[in-house]
Amino acid sequence: MNLKTFSLDLKNKKRLIPQVLTLLFIVLLISYFTFNAQVNMDNRGIAFGFGFLTQEASFDIGFSLIDYDGSRSYARAFLVGLLNTLLVSVIGIIIATLIGVTVGIGRLSSNYLVAKFAEVYVEIFRNIPLLLQLFFWYFAALRALPLPEQAMNFNDISYLTVKGWYVPKFIWTNFSIFIYSVIAAFIAIIFVSKHAKKQREEFGKHIPSFYIGITLLFALPFLSFLIGGVELEFEIPVLKQMSATIFNFRGGVSIIPELMALAMALSMYTATFIAENVRAGILGVGKGQKEAAASIGLTKAQILKLVVLPQALRIIIPPTTNQYLNLTKNSSLAAAIAYPDIVLVFAGTALMQTGRAIEIVSITMGTYLLLSLSISSFMNWYNQSVAIKEK
Amino acid sequence: MFNTFKNLILIVSASLVLIACGQQGGGAGSKKSKTLQNTQKAGFVKCGVSQGLPGFSNADTAGNWSGIDVDVCRAVAAAVLGDADKVKYTPLSAKERFTALIAGEIDILSRNTTWTLSRDADIGLTFVGVNFYDGQGFMVRKNSGINSVNDFQSGISACTNTGTTTELNMRDFFNSKNISYEPIAFEKADEVVAAYDAGRCDTYTTDKSGLAAQRTKMTAPDDHKVLPETISKEPLGPVVRQGDAVWEDIVRWSLNVMIEAEEYGITSSNASSLKDSENPQIKRLVGSEGELGSAFGLDNEWSLRIIEQVGNYGEIYEKHIASTGIMPDRGPNELWTKGGILYVAPAR
Ligand SMILES: N[C@@H](CCC(=O)N[C@@H](CS)C(=O)NCC(=O)O)C(=O)O
Repeated sequence: MNLKTFSLDLKNKKRLIPQVLTLLFIVLLISYFTFNAQVNMDNRGIAFGFGFLTQEASFDIGFSLIDYDGSRSYARAFLVGLLNTLLVSVIGIIIATLIGVTVGIGRLSSNYLVAKFAEVYVEIFRNIPLLLQLFFWYFAALRALPLPEQAMNFNDISYLTVKGWYVPKFIWTNFSIFIYSVIAAFIAIIFVSKHAKKQREEFGKHIPSFYIGITLLFALPFLSFLIGGVELEFEIPVLKQMSATIFNFRGGVSIIPELMALAMALSMYTATFIAENVRAGILGVGKGQKEAAASIGLTKAQILKLVVLPQALRIIIPPTTNQYLNLTKNSSLAAAIAYPDIVLVFAGTALMQTGRAIEIVSITMGTYLLLSLSISSFMNWYNQSVAIKEK
Repeated sequence: MFNTFKNLILIVSASLVLIACGQQGGGAGSKKSKTLQNTQKAGFVKCGVSQGLPGFSNADTAGNWSGIDVDVCRAVAAAVLGDADKVKYTPLSAKERFTALIAGEIDILSRNTTWTLSRDADIGLTFVGVNFYDGQGFMVRKNSGINSVNDFQSGISACTNTGTTTELNMRDFFNSKNISYEPIAFEKADEVVAAYDAGRCDTYTTDKSGLAAQRTKMTAPDDHKVLPETISKEPLGPVVRQGDAVWEDIVRWSLNVMIEAEEYGITSSNASSLKDSENPQIKRLVGSEGELGSAFGLDNEWSLRIIEQVGNYGEIYEKHIASTGIMPDRGPNELWTKGGILYVAPAR
């Protein structure tokens, strides 16, 4: 948001009047609704307040990234829902970007089959309503996945079943030291790339910063195991029989089918829009640029990395930010297939059990607003960092 | 300059709309029923039902609703509008139902809704009675080897509807048995059934009537069975908004009339012939004695219309629940005179 547009232009009185009136109108509107809501709630004997957040939630949630059970508070349930929303959004954004970039480049391929395939993909997944796709993936997954006793077995450590994808659980000792080593690796990488850039710009020397970075990323955490006292054990899921025909895996971590289907649907759908952005971005870079780059002897990879991508990114990023926001908001379809996101857990179950519609809906709306604003400011920051800097 | 003017007009007209709305919104505590007036003006009863629960509220392919929950709304329509068919149905998920009622989208919620203290007291709702005494149960696959809730073991996954008492009871139950479980809560019943059918969960839990009704929708109903235990009390009944006492009474007594009519042997076919009955209570129920309707601002034939157009409770039960095979045995929903617990205050 640009603050300048809000500042009052005092010199120009003609413009001042509508601005003041608009402001007055907005204030009146808000107070009117607040007042009316207050009166209506009083009439119906509904109290307003956020005290309920500390009350015991008394319902359980099937999938949570943090410790939770029904004896915890509504606030805790909110946090569980929020984290689940974040989880599926992050996974969705990553996969959507990967598919989107691949398909977007694929649409420009000189290979007819590849280009056609990419086009068909975009047309199909962009034009079917997301909710339908969600049901499709969910119930297709449920139909296709085997029962636990016939699980798809990956090397006896991981199993895919209709009840979820069971993977080993990491059990850490001195986890914080491991995290520090990763942070240290990242700081080192930033230094190396800064240094490499300087060397290249000042002395024309090429330092393989990418390979050094990769090495650092593995070496430092590895050292934390060798000398930092970090230990990692795995808890491997095992099949347990619970009755004549009911089996399930115990131990390990279960990636539930609801999460898989939701992430799948969101990313397949959003990827179509990202693909179109990528295509537009690449087409938007002038042909002359590439030819000029080729004429000074850059390789094809270098042209893409140093000439085309930096310019294309500036075209791609703003509309793609929108898609990231859409994906995050669309994740609220989760309720349809029982993925316990913030809408299902908080704006659904908690709202029903407490009846605190106004409070809960405003908290939920505020949360989505905050999420959207964080994503767009991050993307704005990123966009600025790739923008061409006039020297 | 032109723009300033345009803005002004916009603002003024918007404010006028607001002031007008403000006047319409007021008026609590009057003796007349606002809801009744609005219903009579609109010409139909606004009734919230389920999204499809055979026997309770279910639409056929032509969009005609039927079931014992639907019949509560039909009874009210017969009483206040003279025609049981003058009802507008709004299908609602468990999660949406109370918001829809409080917001005034519907005036009666008749959707297998459990009467609990917190719902009655907390959210601006009032329960008017019970039209089905139920309890929560579990459904499992017949071949599962589970014959009682005592066969459940930790790690079991249970599918249910979100925003229901079921979710809460389930936790109490499994906790008391010290069994860890995976709850999977869907918004719509159809998805619950589909997920359970596909093997996503080992058991499906909700009101026993709901289990029996949903079983009829499954691909192979005979592969499933309902466990004998009942883990909660679920008195299901119609709900109205708090604050309109007359409307509340109309709905309550429309339900009571159907139950009392059965008690006195008044049916849809014999009701009008009983006008000269010896029994004064029968005469009151068919409107040939007393002035019961005037208490709500209705004529004296209101109860006769309910019985004639909708039927007594026994007829309704037989038509929707027993003959459809959902729950042939009336169990607690039998009259108190016949060993059940259906007992309503006398209409006099
Ligand atoms: N009686 C319980 C449960 C009501 C409920 O929602 N039951 C489900 C399962 S029987 C249902 O009605 N589904 C039908 C629908 O989705 O409309 C309550 O009031 O909380």
